[in-house]
This record gives sequence, C-alpha cells and structure tokens, in this order.
Amino acid sequence: MEHEKHEHKAHHPGYGIYILVWMGLLALTSITVTVAGIDLGAYTLFVALLIAAIKSGLVINIFMHIKFDEPIFKVFLSLSGFTLFVIFLLTFFDVIYR
Amino acid sequence: MSNGTIAIAEKSFYEVSTNKHSGILSWLLTTDHKRIGIMYLVTIAFFFLVGATIGLFMRLELLTPGRTIMGAQTYNTLFTLHGVIMIFLFIIPGLPAIFGNFFLPIQIGARDVAFPRLNLLSYYIYVIGAILVLVSLFIPGGPIDTGWTFYIPYSIRTGTNVSMAIFAAFVLGFSSILTGINFVTTVHRLRAPGMTWFKMPLFVWATYATAWIQIIATPVIGITILLVIIERVFGVGIFDPALGGDPILYQHMFWIYSHPAVYIMILPAMGVVSEIITTFSRRTIFGYVPIAMSSLAIAFVGYLVWAHHMFVSGMSDTATWIFSLLTFIVALPSGVKIFNWVATMYKGSIDPQVPFLWVMNFIFLFSIGGLSGLVLGSLATDVHVTDTYFVVAHFHYVMFGGTGTIFFGAMHYWFPKMFGRMYNKKFATISVITFFIGFNMLYFPKFIMGYMGMPRRYYDYLPKFAPLQEVSTIGSWILVGTIFFITGYLLYALRNGPKASGNPWGGVTLEWHIPSPPPTENFEEIPTITHEPYDFSQLKEMEYDK
Amino acid sequence: MTNSHQAAAAIPHVHRDDVGARMGMWLFLFTEVLLFGGLFLAYSVYRYDYHEQFRLAAMDLDTGIGTLNTLILLTSSLTVALSIAAIQKKNKFLAMAMISFTLLLALFFMINKYFEWSGHIAEGLYPKSPELLNMKNGEIIFYGLYYVMTGLHGLHVLVGMAVLSFMLVFIAKDKITFDNYVKLENAGLYWHLVDLIWIFLFPLFYLIH
Repeated sequence: MEHEKHEHKAHHPGYGIYILVWMGLLALTSITVTVAGIDLGAYTLFVALLIAAIKSGLVINIFMHIKFDEPIFKVFLSLSGFTLFVIFLLTFFDVIYR
Repeated sequence: MSNGTIAIAEKSFYEVSTNKHSGILSWLLTTDHKRIGIMYLVTIAFFFLVGATIGLFMRLELLTPGRTIMGAQTYNTLFTLHGVIMIFLFIIPGLPAIFGNFFLPIQIGARDVAFPRLNLLSYYIYVIGAILVLVSLFIPGGPIDTGWTFYIPYSIRTGTNVSMAIFAAFVLGFSSILTGINFVTTVHRLRAPGMTWFKMPLFVWATYATAWIQIIATPVIGITILLVIIERVFGVGIFDPALGGDPILYQHMFWIYSHPAVYIMILPAMGVVSEIITTFSRRTIFGYVPIAMSSLAIAFVGYLVWAHHMFVSGMSDTATWIFSLLTFIVALPSGVKIFNWVATMYKGSIDPQVPFLWVMNFIFLFSIGGLSGLVLGSLATDVHVTDTYFVVAHFHYVMFGGTGTIFFGAMHYWFPKMFGRMYNKKFATISVITFFIGFNMLYFPKFIMGYMGMPRRYYDYLPKFAPLQEVSTIGSWILVGTIFFITGYLLYALRNGPKASGNPWGGVTLEWHIPSPPPTENFEEIPTITHEPYDFSQLKEMEYDK
Repeated sequence: MTNSHQAAAAIPHVHRDDVGARMGMWLFLFTEVLLFGGLFLAYSVYRYDYHEQFRLAAMDLDTGIGTLNTLILLTSSLTVALSIAAIQKKNKFLAMAMISFTLLLALFFMINKYFEWSGHIAEGLYPKSPELLNMKNGEIIFYGLYYVMTGLHGLHVLVGMAVLSFMLVFIAKDKITFDNYVKLENAGLYWHLVDLIWIFLFPLFYLIH
C-alpha cells in the first residue's frame, strides 16, 4: 500500500497543467455558447452534449485525478456510467414507441 | 487459515468495549461491527414482529366476507404499513445489515469494516427513518394509504401523511447506501493476506454484489421520492398529469430502484444458502466460480428488468416485450445457483441439522415463487393475473419464502457464533415444520384465488372465495405463532442455552476458526489464507463438535 | 499485532488507508451521479415529449447569467485543484488562499442564482403561480424541472461550501498536511462533482434555441 501511495504522489500534476486544463474548459464553454447561437437543427443538442462530455472528461481525468489514481476507480466509473446509459436506453424504448 | 487451532480463552466483544464507555453507552456509541450488527438485529427483529402482527390483523379481517374487524380505510392503511415496514425496515436491511455487518469482516479476515464510524452513522440513520415511519402514523392527516408503491397521481392527491412516510423511505435509503459503500470498500481494501477474490466465501460475494446494487440503485428512488415530496409541498409540476406530467415515468423511476431492491433482498440470502449447504454437506461447493459470478450477473441483469412491474400500465408494446425477454434472462443465473447447490449435496455426507432444514424449506418455497414469477413475466398470462392475489402469493413465496426463510436459517446457523449459546434443537426442528405448514396454508390458496380473479388490496371479497380465505387465515395463525415461538426459544437460549463451542457445526470459513462469541478484534493475529474457502480437509486440524 | 492485541482491544486500532478513503468517496459520488441521473432522465423524457414548448420556455432564461456562472464554477474547480497541488508542495499559505478563493467564487455563484430566481419570481414564474398555470403543460414542466434541478444543485453548492470551510480550518490547524491530505482530496472530489453537474445543466437549460 505504501508503494501505491508513493506512485500516486509521483504522478500528481503541477500547477501548470491545471491552469492549462482550466483554459481549455473556458475555451470549450465559449465554443458551446457560440455554437448554440447557430441553428444546427437536430444537431444542436448533440453538439452541446458532446462538448459537455469533453469538458467533464477533462474535469474527471485531470482535476479529479482519475487518470493518475488506482485503475479500479476507472472500472467503477465506467460501471456507473454504463448503468446510467442503460437506464436511459431502456426507458426510451417505452417513451419513443408509446 | 493455515492451522485451525482455536485461540485460547479471550474476552468476547460483549465484555470488551471499543470505546471508553461501559454499559448502554458502550453499545450506543460503539464502532464494533459485531455490536452494530446486534443492534440492527434487535431493531429489525422488532419491526419484523410489528409487520407480522399487522399481517395477522389483515388476515383476520379477511376471515369472513364483509367487515370483520375493520373498515376499508383502516385496511388500506394496514396493507400500506405492512408493505412499508416489511420492505424498507425488515427485508432490505435485514440480511446485509445484521449478518453482513457481523460476518463479512470476519469472513475476509478483517478486524472491522473500512469505515466503522460511518457504519454506526448508518445505523442511526436507519433508526431515524424508522422513527419517522412511526411518527407519520400519529400526526394529523392520518397514516399513509397509498400502498407501498406510492403511485402518482393518488399519492399527490391523498390527504394522508404521504410526505413524511416517503421521506422516511428516503432516509432509510440513505442508510442503505452508506452500508453499501462501506461493504464495497471493505471487500476491496481489507481482505486478509492470501484472501484472493476467489478464496472469499460465497456469502461475501453475495453481500458484495448486494452492496453494489445498494449504491447504484438506491439514489434513483431517493430522487423520485424527493420529487413527489416537492410536488406535494410546493406544487411544482413534475409527475402530476394535470400539469403535464407523466405518471408512467414515475413508475419507471420507482421500479428502477424497487426492482433491483428485490435482489438486495434475495442475493445475501442466496449467499447464506451457499454457506449452509457446504457446511452441512461436508463438501466443497460445486461450481464456486459460477455461483460467485451468478451473484454479479443477477445484480447486473436484475437492473434491466424493472418495467416488468408495469406491463399493464400503458407503456409501449416495444418496451413490454423487451422487458419480458430480459426478465426470462434473469432466471438463468438463479438457475445456475439452484443447480450448483443441488450438485453440492450430491455425494456429500449430509448432516440434516436445523439450519440445513431451513435451507430445504427455502429451496422448496423459493422454487415455487420463482416459477410462478415466469407466469407473471410472460405478457399474455400477466394480463390475466396482474393485481390479483396471484401476484401477492408470488412475491410472498419469493420474499418471505426466500429471504424470510433464510433470515431464520441464518439466525439458526450463526446464533451459536453470535451469542455463544445453543438453542433447543428439538423446538427448532418443530418450528421448521410448522413454519412450512403455516406458510403454504397462508399463501398457496392465494395462487388459486388470484387465478380465479380475487384482486389484491381489498378488505372484502365475493362469497365464493370464503373457504380459501379461511384456510389462508388459519395458516396465518400457525405461521405467526411459529414466529413468536422461535423468538421465544431463541430469547430463552440467550441466557439459558448450553454454551456453544467455537465450531458447533463443523464449518470451515473463518468465523468458525475463532471463539464463540468472537473477541473484540476478531483475530488475535490477522490470518494468512492458504486454503480454498470450502476446503473441509481443514476440519482434521480444527476442533469441532462431534 | 502479536503483542499489541491486549492494548488494541481497549483502544480502537488506528488504521489509515488513503486509497480506501478515496474509494469510499468515489462510491458516494456515484450515488450523487445517479441521484441527478434520475432528474436528467425525467428531463430527457419531458424534453422528448414537449420539444417545442421547452424551447419557448427556455427563451426566458438569461444565457448571460448562465455563462457567467459556468465560468465561476469552472474557475472554482481550478482553485480547489490548485490548493491540493499546493498542500503537496508544502505551501500551506497558497492552499488556504486557494480554498478561500473557491469559497468566494461559490458565494458569487449563489448570489447570481439568487438574482436569477428572484427575477423569475418577480415575473410571476414560480410553482402554482397563476401566470405559470396559464402556460402550456410543457412549459410548466420545464419550470418545474428548472427549479428542482438548479435548486438541488444549489443545495450541493451550499454543502460544498460548508465542507470546504471545514477543510480551511483543518489546514489552519495542521490536521491536513503535505503527507496527510486525503480529506482535502475528497472535499475536492465533491466540489468537482458539483461542477460536473453544472457542466450538463448549463447547455440543457440555457442553450436551447
């Protein structure tokens, strides 16, 4: 366990990377606001959610350290994400075809 | 453990407190997983007896047609309370909170759970939830009468104390979530050296899978309940059809939790069955990996079948057949378990002690419950029996005949370990038999009545149902009588039973390597695990009775 | 443990497991994700049912305030991350400064929220208001979801502020140090989750056109 902890510490990013990610997040926010002004029809929601997903990917991987943490945490994360996906999918089998 | 010597007389967890207090405070402020398990046992058993008594009154009302001892509104309240108490206060927390708390750390060779203080907190949250349920009965407005499913729109329109009762369910869910977080972390972080994943006892696997459902499913009911409360209190439009809401969406969200919840109820019971069958067959489990994996498979597939509670709700036909198909798939991992249990007994040297008899009871009753579930899972037959006694009979066979029976099985299996005393085995054997008789008299006629068209949740019935209703009511007397008899001889055994040894049954999982009752720190030294979980060759080196 | 078990029996053994603590926190975050997941499910079903009315209702929301709050929360996520980096580098002052700055940003967020909500209420758009009940079903539902989802999120911001205030005290009292900072990490995880949820709430409510 000691070993794991040291490893965890060694890979912690410094101030620079955090600020870089923050700037990326701000840029993505301005992109999503700008794109929302353009009428993309059916793609509007898709683009908005895609950008939100990229943003959350950055937050989860860097700010929340999942990239540098125990691998099992990634398994947990995908498990809960997959569960959420399945709930949506199955519910929409009802909503769409009702 | 490499050798099976039982530690020299060490003080038990009853004698040594984990905190600086003594007397009652040493219990109320304890962080010892065993003491918390006992506190859960006392609280949960109390509510089980309350729920059983309510059930007794419901059956008494149905002894004769028309009004017998109560009117319709009282009956509505009673079946709601019976459901809420039995589901949220007894059967969901029952096995994980009592036996999971007590035995999960011991079985993986740990001294406690990962977060002992959080464990105590979840106990108190449970108690607060339970108190809220009780308070909601007595404040103005009257006790909740919606049924335990709180369906929209009635639950927003009725004047009874819905908000407080369902807030209690929210609080109880929170307690359940914290227990789940604790158990998952415990299994990942605190296994003893050598205790690899596939050396864990099957009860641990089952409780681990259960803990995941508690974490992943419970929040959905949490938010659903909050939405109903917000809708009742502030009039915000979410589910109310008058404001454009969708009551079927409510049903989806309710069952997204409440269906996986039935696996929270049954999975730990299946884990206990695996323990008891191996111990009394003196034989390693047949198909260890399939049983362990089937627990995870049930936890996962069980998540995908919720809408089979809603076949007649008006949801889309596409959804109904998809959910019907998924429902049949969930029968597969359950079948894997049953076959492996039976195969374990084959050529074992079976010792039919009391816990084993309870398991036989379980296999019989649970099989009837499971197979009648297939009738409900097929779309055409479901339409005929939806909302009849058939459904009531089905889920009592599965929940009570399954989890309830194993609650008693686990109680009889681990009683000597938890309390260091043995109960009267003759009384216990008689109880298994009368339980079986009472149970089938009470619930089997409901299959027939349901098939004949007797709807559930009515305080009255047509004269043609009278003979079967009478049989059912008489069965309830036998069953509840047996339950109180069991409570009686177990309480008597607490003080007056003969002292139990460290290993009265000849079990080999870690809890049987330590004294009864266990010492506060569980193990003198954290064991290093070298054996497979059910390697009965260890018995040669262990001390055990007979 | 060989000789210490008599002593250990009286005093609960001290056992520190940072990975276990973080694991517990992540599991808790999943429950939060699924809690909001239920709300997002309701949102998506109703948006599918009332596509056009959601678009109309969303016109009344101020994209400017929404964007400003997004920027505030993203920045606050940065400052929390920086405070953890600072404590690792033994820079206690910077860590405390960054947490204080985070609290300030959170306060700004809530003030914005307050003005936004009071604006809607002044327009007569609140639950059960005659104004709202006259609108179409989809718009009533939209405002129902808007109040519940941003309200619950706001509640999480408040809880996060309380947690971070404790962290500030812990750092000041040296209960959180460069070699024992898992509490701060967990508080940070919680704060990032609050940010994550807003990342999705923002386009779903403020950017429908």
